[in-house]
Amino acid sequence: MADKEEVFEKVTECLVEALGVEEDEVELSASLQGDLGAESIDYLDIVFRLEKAFDIKIPRGDLFPENLLSSPEFVKDGRMTDQGLEELRKRLPYADLTEFEANPNVAEIGNLFTVEMLVKYVEDKLNS
Amino acid sequence: MRWIFVDRFLELEKGRYAKALKNVSMGEDHIHDRFPSFPLMPNSLIIEALAQTGGVLAGYSNDFRNMVILAKIEKASFHRMAIPGDQLLLETEMLEDREEGCRIAGRVSVNGDTLAEASILFANLESSDIDPEAPDNFVFTKHFLSMLGVDKVLAGVGEPE
Repeated sequence: MADKEEVFEKVTECLVEALGVEEDEVELSASLQGDLGAESIDYLDIVFRLEKAFDIKIPRGDLFPENLLSSPEFVKDGRMTDQGLEELRKRLPYADLTEFEANPNVAEIGNLFTVEMLVKYVEDKLNS
Repeated sequence: MRWIFVDRFLELEKGRYAKALKNVSMGEDHIHDRFPSFPLMPNSLIIEALAQTGGVLAGYSNDFRNMVILAKIEKASFHRMAIPGDQLLLETEMLEDREEGCRIAGRVSVNGDTLAEASILFANLESSDIDPEAPDNFVFTKHFLSMLGVDKVLAGVGEPE
């Protein structure tokens, strides 16, 4: 069984290498984009490193779902529709959506991708 | 000018390594931009040469079916300058090869002296990722691959010296 502390340590290492941040900046609540300065291309790097560190396969679109914002059914006037939120819940089961659901401003969707989300995803993969 | 910073491919082994040559020449336009009285190849273009070499290695892993783009330069160090008359040996080695892309280590040397080193991340793209109107694979066209001698290397034909 995967130990949460161990998973968090390895995830931290991956993020330090991929994003060039200091170890103490990587907290569970830290958002990849907002707090750690990740850009879209960093996501590929992060997926690579996680796959290698944990010897798991992360299918494309599993961790950072694509096309979330491209459909007009999901996004209207810069805000996510109910249908969009439903889709989001399906695709990001590891994310904490409570704050976003209260104010589904699409510009802030990056805040959903947190370190905790990564740790939960990896734990789930390792334990399945 | 053409955005091709590789003159000839020497070796190419699927999923493992690629070696190519680039001659730095006074005849290149950009070489005189920096510095007007002291032409040299900018470090960014040295990286581009490595990326083009590594990009072919990356593309070959999927038999050139996908487009490959330069995604991230993770580490790059430069030990000396590349000046006209230098023949750069571009050596790239596959570190990690996955469905979504790959990571490659590159080294540039002149007469055995290391000039630069870099670690480069490439992403694989399907044409559906980009413009549906764009031609299927505009990165690895047959013309491009044949011009660089990639097809000759793969056929084991006409090895230089």
